[in-house]
Amino acid sequence: MGFFNFLQNSFKHGIHPAEHKNETKDLPIRQFPFAPLIILPTLQHTGIPSQIIVSEGQEVVRGQLLAKAGGFVSVPLHAPVSGTIRKMGYVPTISGKKVPGIYLESFPSSSQEVPEGKGIQVESATPEEILQGIQDAGIVGLGGAAFPTHVKLKIPEGKRCEVLIINGVECEPYLTTDHRVMLEQADDIFLGIQYLQKVTGAQRVIIAVEANKQNAANHLAGKVPREAPIKVQILPVKYPQGAEKMLVSTLLGKEVPSGGLPIDIGAVVINVATTAEIGRLLPHGQGIQERVITITGPGVKQKGNYLIPIGTPLRFVLEQVGTAENISEVYLGGPMMGTAVANLDISVTKGTSGILVFPETEIRRKENIYPCIKCGACLDACPIFLNPSKLGILAKAGAHDEMAEKYHLMDCFECGSCAYMCPSNIPLVQYFRLSKNRVRKRKASIT
Amino acid sequence: MLNKTLNISTSPHAVQGVSTADIMRNVVWALLPAAFFGVYAFGLSALFLLITTTVSAVLTEHFLCRFSNKESTVSDWSAVITGLLLGMTLPPNFPLWMAFLGGVISITLGKFIFGGLGCNVFNPALVGRAFLQAAFPVAITTWYPAFLPDRFSTYSVATFTLPFMEPALDGFTGATPLAAFKFSHQATAIPELALGLISGSTGETCAVLIILGGLYLIARNMMNWRIPASILLTVFAFCGLLNLINSELYPTPLFMLFSGGLMLGAVFMATDLVASPVTPLGNWVYGAIIGLLVVVIRIWGGLPEGVMYAVLLGNAISPHIDNLIKPRVYGTGKR
Repeated sequence: MGFFNFLQNSFKHGIHPAEHKNETKDLPIRQFPFAPLIILPTLQHTGIPSQIIVSEGQEVVRGQLLAKAGGFVSVPLHAPVSGTIRKMGYVPTISGKKVPGIYLESFPSSSQEVPEGKGIQVESATPEEILQGIQDAGIVGLGGAAFPTHVKLKIPEGKRCEVLIINGVECEPYLTTDHRVMLEQADDIFLGIQYLQKVTGAQRVIIAVEANKQNAANHLAGKVPREAPIKVQILPVKYPQGAEKMLVSTLLGKEVPSGGLPIDIGAVVINVATTAEIGRLLPHGQGIQERVITITGPGVKQKGNYLIPIGTPLRFVLEQVGTAENISEVYLGGPMMGTAVANLDISVTKGTSGILVFPETEIRRKENIYPCIKCGACLDACPIFLNPSKLGILAKAGAHDEMAEKYHLMDCFECGSCAYMCPSNIPLVQYFRLSKNRVRKRKASIT
Repeated sequence: MLNKTLNISTSPHAVQGVSTADIMRNVVWALLPAAFFGVYAFGLSALFLLITTTVSAVLTEHFLCRFSNKESTVSDWSAVITGLLLGMTLPPNFPLWMAFLGGVISITLGKFIFGGLGCNVFNPALVGRAFLQAAFPVAITTWYPAFLPDRFSTYSVATFTLPFMEPALDGFTGATPLAAFKFSHQATAIPELALGLISGSTGETCAVLIILGGLYLIARNMMNWRIPASILLTVFAFCGLLNLINSELYPTPLFMLFSGGLMLGAVFMATDLVASPVTPLGNWVYGAIIGLLVVVIRIWGGLPEGVMYAVLLGNAISPHIDNLIKPRVYGTGKR
């Protein structure tokens, strides 16, 4: 019901949750210690699991290939520490499902230096070589979705990439990893952009930064190489500004067709930390061994932005930073789209952008669920103009197919804006996930 | 410490913090100034009436929940709104036993049989009032003069009549500003109307306080401003057009806006969240339909007042508006 939405140069609808970024946004990235035991699931990305190529008892050095890509929509896995393969078997993941994985015992006194591989230089390499290099480095979207980046960069036949969008929006509350990366790894980002430009053929590059990271935007704008077609654009603070569809709409004024991708309207969107990782790893032929993670929330003693080896167990992470006595909930990712973890035996993966810890006293219990009063707050929040109120009522009635056919259920990307606004505390996103699952299963059973 | 079992929940883990009960409670706060003005203008009778309808609605809700083995939903405050609104639409000297019956009917037939809060098709208070209008047509059109000097020491004889006995009518029939215009073409001055220095239903007379209550809710994002805006604009435009055609026969648009129950209806009745459309455009259409109906009933209908039926008819078509007017989903169809 906002009066002044039309004054903003941004996508329509959306919400303004409390940001909680001040506690960590000024803390520089710090190297995290190596855990004695690293747990590496072979499925840290969206797609096909990686295939393990090492054996139990084998000694590996940091950066060594442990598992190769299991197909095109898959990435390899590199050793985050030097050590011994202690065990291979099923390891726990955040979804609750166990997947094949590796337990790696790290050498306590190793220098943990990463050996140089066969580098790919941006000036001499062909687009195909760069694309292969990105897959070989094990790079996935570091914003949280963990979709293999080379798949996204493979421009389909007949499509053309006109504009490359570097996503430094970071609209999730609490998270400040992209913010710190933009401040501290600007050179890597601009080198990464060169690689990406060569792969996509984009003539134009926009680095999108939300207005609450003004210093990062200024820093990047000051470092743009001369005569490079790169523009740093500051966007109004609004959730979910960083979602691909919303970002493309805000920047280009065009909509991604329902069920389509940004490339359908000539755009490719890549997260800023992913870009920095490409610029940092490709020249040296290395793979991802660690990533920047914001550890914050009222239950954490030493909040900060840490460079943490992939596979570090959550228990070790929280022991190092210290937590409150009565911790009650831990989320991986932000509070809007992140996942709550059931126990601390799982490990940090490539898609982990934040670890948020909340003690019992800080959790706002959503115990009173009232009926839908059709206030329309969810409609005013939904960035893609769905009717979550109606969808919620249909979901409760089990009308999953009607939701998909008449009310565009499958377009929902679960940003959580509707459930955030709902005064009746109806778990709308949970309903929609279940309904989408039902619809997918039914479709799969037909074909 | 780190071995304890953690709680899990699905995203989003953040909530905005205003609950349905908060919204309902604030609607009650917003209604109170106009209600208190009614008590100030009409005295003890009005006070007894408002208490009766509110208590009746709340008790009915509580016992219906109990009898159907559900947890009582009184704490969501919606029954209080229904009871208070019902009282505000009744004449101040309305017999209390009828008012109590109206509260029972509002909750039972207006809300509970549809499935309780969130499922009601009509504004429950208006269902109760429609019942009273049909059952007690004389009592509901017997008005009581405002600002009687002894209003805080005595009350209307009609107030405490016994159930099913003829009420002793001590008011005067058909002398509200709307009736005066309809039946004898006497227009009341606008400032008197706006400030509520007139006779009428208990809570509908002071347009200024009703508007202030509405603005409070709009400022707190708890009311859909489009609905009252649409109703009032439509009434103003339609009535203004008629007035331009023949100013002898048709009242001025300002008179239309500030007389009778239009303000209360537009701000607090038609905006019943459950019984109104959910889309912005739908709200404009819904408001326009109600506005047109109000003018049509008032000018060409047999009754001097038409807000109640206009809103009820609007409620009835609201689901169809939602079916016809759907927001264009991102990335589909033409812009």
